[in-house]
Amino acid sequence: MTGRPAMDLLAVEGLAKSYGGVGAVRGVSFALAPGEVLALIGPNGAGKSTCFNMLNGQIRPDAGRIRLAGTDVTGMAPRRMAGLGVARSFQIAATFGSMTVRENVQAACLVHAGGMARPFGRADRRFRPEAERWLDHVGLLAQADRPAAELAYGDVKRLELAMALSGAPRLLLMDEPTAGMAPKERHGLMRATVDHARRNGIGLMFTEHDMDIVFTHADRVLVLSRGRLIAAGRPEAVREDPDVRATYLGGGLTFAAAPGRTEAVS
Amino acid sequence: MDFVFAQFLTGLAGAASLFLVASGLSIIFGVTRVVNFAHGAFAMLGAYVAYTLTARFSGPFGFWGGILGASVLVALFGAVIEMALLRRLYRAPELFQLLATFGLTLVFEDLVVLVWGPDDLLGPRAPGLAGAVELFGQAVPSYDLLLIALGPIAFGLLWLLFHRTRFGVLVRAATQDREMVAALGVDGRWLFTAVFTLGVFMAAFGGAVQLPRDAVNHTIDLRLIVDVFVVVVIGGLGSVGGAFVASVLVSELDAFGILVLPGVSLVLVFVVMALVLVVRPFGLFGRAEAPSRAVPEPGRKPPAPLSAPARLAVAALVAATATVPLWAGDYLVTVGSEILIVAIFAASLQFIMSAGAMVSFGHAAYFGLGAYGAALAVKLLGLPMLPALACGMLLALAGAALFGWFCVRLSGVYFAMLTLAFAQIAWSVAFGWTGVTGGDNGLLGLWPDGWAASPRAFFWLCLAAAAASVALIRALVFSPFGLGLRAVRDSALRAEALGLGRAPVQWAAFALAGTVAGLAGGLFVFLKGSVFPDSLGIGTSVDGLVMVLLGGIGTVSGGVVGAVVYKALSVWLISQTDHSKLALGLVILALVLLFPAGLGGLASRLAPRRRRAAAPAVHPAVGVGGAP
Amino acid sequence: MTALLAAEGLNGWYGRAQVLFGMGVTVGPGEVVALLGRNGAGKSTTFKAIAGLLDRREGRVAFAGEDVSRLPTPALVRRGLAYVPEDRRIFADLTVEENLSVGRQPARAGSAAWTPERLFALFPNLAEMRRRRGGAMSGGEQQMLSIARSLMGNPRLVLLDEPSEGLAPKIVEDLALAILELKREGLGILLSEQNLHFARLISDRAVVIDRGHARLSATMAEIADDAEACAAYLAV
Repeated sequence: MTGRPAMDLLAVEGLAKSYGGVGAVRGVSFALAPGEVLALIGPNGAGKSTCFNMLNGQIRPDAGRIRLAGTDVTGMAPRRMAGLGVARSFQIAATFGSMTVRENVQAACLVHAGGMARPFGRADRRFRPEAERWLDHVGLLAQADRPAAELAYGDVKRLELAMALSGAPRLLLMDEPTAGMAPKERHGLMRATVDHARRNGIGLMFTEHDMDIVFTHADRVLVLSRGRLIAAGRPEAVREDPDVRATYLGGGLTFAAAPGRTEAVS
Repeated sequence: MDFVFAQFLTGLAGAASLFLVASGLSIIFGVTRVVNFAHGAFAMLGAYVAYTLTARFSGPFGFWGGILGASVLVALFGAVIEMALLRRLYRAPELFQLLATFGLTLVFEDLVVLVWGPDDLLGPRAPGLAGAVELFGQAVPSYDLLLIALGPIAFGLLWLLFHRTRFGVLVRAATQDREMVAALGVDGRWLFTAVFTLGVFMAAFGGAVQLPRDAVNHTIDLRLIVDVFVVVVIGGLGSVGGAFVASVLVSELDAFGILVLPGVSLVLVFVVMALVLVVRPFGLFGRAEAPSRAVPEPGRKPPAPLSAPARLAVAALVAATATVPLWAGDYLVTVGSEILIVAIFAASLQFIMSAGAMVSFGHAAYFGLGAYGAALAVKLLGLPMLPALACGMLLALAGAALFGWFCVRLSGVYFAMLTLAFAQIAWSVAFGWTGVTGGDNGLLGLWPDGWAASPRAFFWLCLAAAAASVALIRALVFSPFGLGLRAVRDSALRAEALGLGRAPVQWAAFALAGTVAGLAGGLFVFLKGSVFPDSLGIGTSVDGLVMVLLGGIGTVSGGVVGAVVYKALSVWLISQTDHSKLALGLVILALVLLFPAGLGGLASRLAPRRRRAAAPAVHPAVGVGGAP
Repeated sequence: MTALLAAEGLNGWYGRAQVLFGMGVTVGPGEVVALLGRNGAGKSTTFKAIAGLLDRREGRVAFAGEDVSRLPTPALVRRGLAYVPEDRRIFADLTVEENLSVGRQPARAGSAAWTPERLFALFPNLAEMRRRRGGAMSGGEQQMLSIARSLMGNPRLVLLDEPSEGLAPKIVEDLALAILELKREGLGILLSEQNLHFARLISDRAVVIDRGHARLSATMAEIADDAEACAAYLAV
């Protein structure tokens, strides 16, 4: 993990967005290499979601530039970004609730293959093996026939991941990917995703409030506070950064991978 | 110039009544999420009761006491309706309350005829305000000046109520999250009743104050409800301030449109509404709404194509239906053809409503375009029936593609209102372009070709068309395109992120549904031998909605069942009683109360249940009401 | 001492799916009890069942010795039960002060009523933004407001559903302090948690729920040290 590849997958310069005169994101710059795992952390309301939504085109930036493998994609619509290999999951997981779990992934495969416009033939017979392979990959195969709306919250997150991965993305953005999961599930899912990303050269960027996940799985960590990057670097360095501790990490009583952890049960 | 000023004042005076009624609708919708179709009927009731009271008690006290007393009486009646009827329906699927309030409207229309007779009634002048005031050399009725003052006063009082009282804060809170309000200890049932009563009071008051200006009759409810929908949508749903501005805008457009372009004044308001919605998809002062209840009810099976035995059963049913002309008389066969035609119409509407969550209040536009397209192809081009039907479908496709392009930019209630606006525009054209369409007299003498002239042959043609249409729509729903349509309905956000845009998919579906509706319209022309502007009217659109909701919006083709039941019932009732609206309204209310998931929902409830997965893990947000 | 809350034999359903199977929990005054379990184990459903927010429920719920099983939610709130939902559900268009006023209930005899001023002292962040719209607040501020709003009902028992979810570590620590302050006031608190570290900081006892059944009930320390139980039911 020494020496960054010459070509960045994602290069962001001076990204900014304000709402009603209040700067939500103010001049954020960073880069991400293929196969690299980058965590974006910061207090609630620091601009993480806004930042994320600009990266896949959900929100148009006021200023700044986003380059994907050298191509300027600033302000491009999400569906065009998807075509260029940007996949994402949402903070509040978004799936197709009225369909079965399998149909959700089949729909994703159909979109990626450009076959969604066909007005004939049975959709539930298309991409069935592919869909089941991805469901198996995220551990959802046993629930393939259930309506997606009935899934437990953690499983909805898995389904989102399966849909995102089925398009063989180059860049995967995950907004709080493990929220609502038990600790072991969290690490299991993250490990599998990170392995997959490294093997396939996918750039992976995620936001997360579980510091144990962040410090265990990220190659690098960006810390956002009031719209600005206040720290960036390797997890150990960021964890000991006094600024980061003051604005975000606190005394470290609520997670295991905390700096200078003290046992404190009142 | 002076005349313009006087006309401006007339417009302002009209705005007062419109604002009163519209603010009531907006308040009710905001809290209860009920699109109260009966709101115009409540305003009409207010006017009728005020007519009776002001006739009995004279003098200023009698007049104003009568107006206020009528409003209070109707509001109390509204409270009873809320407690007896709507309260049972808040948990029913969205728009089901629309069906119930539509049923109420039918009941009210017939009831007022029974009580007050079918003729126009002229109310008394307001005591002391019967004259006119000279302003800039123009006589302005004094009563108009009073109304002009009444609008802002009512607005101010409502503002104070909502921002300076705890009741108002509770109402605003409930507008956003009624379940959380209940979780904080506020009895939601009481709040809903209070809000509904307030809204009905505003409607009745708005209707009653018009008494000295306009004659009352039993058809003003529909005219009013359309006007008020327009106002509320232009202003932004749930925004009382928006309703105020929009009511002035609409009323002035009315006042000046008549002067400038008498022929198209009807269209003008709708064109403005369409423009506003295209520029501001949530009205002037409205805000984007989170899609409500996008989550299907827990336990509902994802739709799937019919199994082999079910296909056989459907084929047997179609074959059995085909034997009808062999044993039934001509009258029954003709009624059967009509039922099959409306079934096609309902199926086309259900396609966009169920698979696309596009609830159209103006689907009649494409039925009517198909009808006029076919009729004009015969009249102007002298084409035989089948090519004429094709022409009708083409015209419907063109109309649906044009209107749909604008409509799919919106969603929810705003989508519904824009479709209504376009349908009203189409209706105005058919009504006003007498040279081509014959206007109100319609086009006559349009009969099928010889081979289909017998009722029996025409029935078979309709059956073939209906079977083919329903089969085609079902195939579409389960095709990749249909999966895409359901995908953008379930989560436009997810679909976009995957690379599937919402608007193009919905546009294609809308155009397709319009084309199929056009086929129904064309067949209808040859069944009746004529076409009238009614075929594009709001009545036809609402019929379609009722059929789909009755059939079950959660089903793929329950609308067909709804169409058969609804059409057969209304034909039978019209033959049995003079008060068919009353009877039909009561039947709708009974159906709504007995089967709150539609007839199709009933069928799926009776069907054998699938064995459930062993681990009853449930997404916590799917629970009661779900996350906002 | 009578328990403030004693729920037993709770069965609960979502639609046709049964989610709770004989669930039970008790909370005394001044006691903090953590309901631990994985997602989908039935924590939120237990809360909704207690608060009368489930469409279909069986079992017995006693509040301060009175059987309240059949009471609707508003009546429970008037007796002193507060429910803070997982997703906070702030009224986005209302100001902080208006949000608080929605939660207001009459004062309870024998204890000082919560006022906006007292709440602003407990949550100093909120004091600076009385007139701010709820929708313009960050997640952490919304969580504080959601708790403050429920305190306006002068509760004796507060149900906190996943209070630390999605909050920055520093905010979670502030939250822990506020909860301990409420405990000192004598309130009973039942909270559901996935963050074992946070639960350990503030809880006296814990109940472990799995697939709708109460599997374990013991002191917080005992459960946190029971590696086997943690692995089996909490997937730690």
